[in-house]
Amino acid sequence: MSRPGRDDSPDRLYTLTGGRTRSAPDNPFDLVTLVVAECDPVTGMQSEHAAILRLTEHPTAVVELAAELKLPVSITKILLSDLLAAGRVSARHPRGAVSDPDVLEQVLVGLRNL
Amino acid sequence: MGASADNGLKIVVVGGFGVGKTTLVRSVSEIRPLNTEETMTKAGEAVDDISEVRGKSATTVAFDFGRITLDARNVLYLFGAPGQERFWFLWDRLFSGTLGAVVLVDTRRIGDSWYAIDRLEHHGTPFIVACNDFGGSAHAPQQIREALDLDPHVPLLDCDARSRASVKQVLITLVEHVKSSYGTQGPARLQVPVPHQELAL
Repeated sequence: MSRPGRDDSPDRLYTLTGGRTRSAPDNPFDLVTLVVAECDPVTGMQSEHAAILRLTEHPTAVVELAAELKLPVSITKILLSDLLAAGRVSARHPRGAVSDPDVLEQVLVGLRNL
Repeated sequence: MGASADNGLKIVVVGGFGVGKTTLVRSVSEIRPLNTEETMTKAGEAVDDISEVRGKSATTVAFDFGRITLDARNVLYLFGAPGQERFWFLWDRLFSGTLGAVVLVDTRRIGDSWYAIDRLEHHGTPFIVACNDFGGSAHAPQQIREALDLDPHVPLLDCDARSRASVKQVLITLVEHVKSSYGTQGPARLQVPVPHQELAL
């Protein structure tokens, strides 16, 4: 299986993000932050942005977007920050602490029902 | 995944090469396990210990993951992560905020798991140990516990990574353990993992 990013030249990734190699310190995205499109792709949009909007018609986690786009997670997060800043996607951040007994109980019920 | 899903959760499966991490993820995932990667460039040098990789300007790690939709709101991601020592400074960042970890052990190569267990204990991430059944001679649980120098409160169980029912039981055991860790000891006793420069990614 070919890995995302593996065969891409660094030049291409550099161009995708306008030269940025890391997200801003306030980048809110976690691997499992769910992202939802707030608009449809429009003509002239960067193709990766358009692809993200198509993939996030339903809530989709950052790590799934990275895998589908075949881009490293860090690059995907930069693209997502741009879309978030433009109001084109919204982000559903993981809820509360993982030590929340209510969340853990919901996880247990879900697993038992598998 | 439903349109109302709003809470992403993560569990990490750590283990040595060829121990069956991807097989385990595949057994319960509703999608074919996907593979992605993360790169760390020199930008992270100041905040990460790169003594293991000195001289390299960028390091890449690949990981597999699968997905389980638990209910209308909660979706659980399972990540398979190689346990080798040199990758741990990346896992610390990638998997901060994880619900817990499964250390998958091949009882013929127990030493592969020592480092992962050490780091999980150090970070206070709740974990259990699952021994993947490779059909070799069965070891007594007590022998394995001693070989891993495992704390008595850490659950240890056998599993078959190819079996959905068996993997489901592993995950239930982990979440029950996480729940009892927080419930009986209280959050004060349990170290909360420090979010390790997660934002720098």
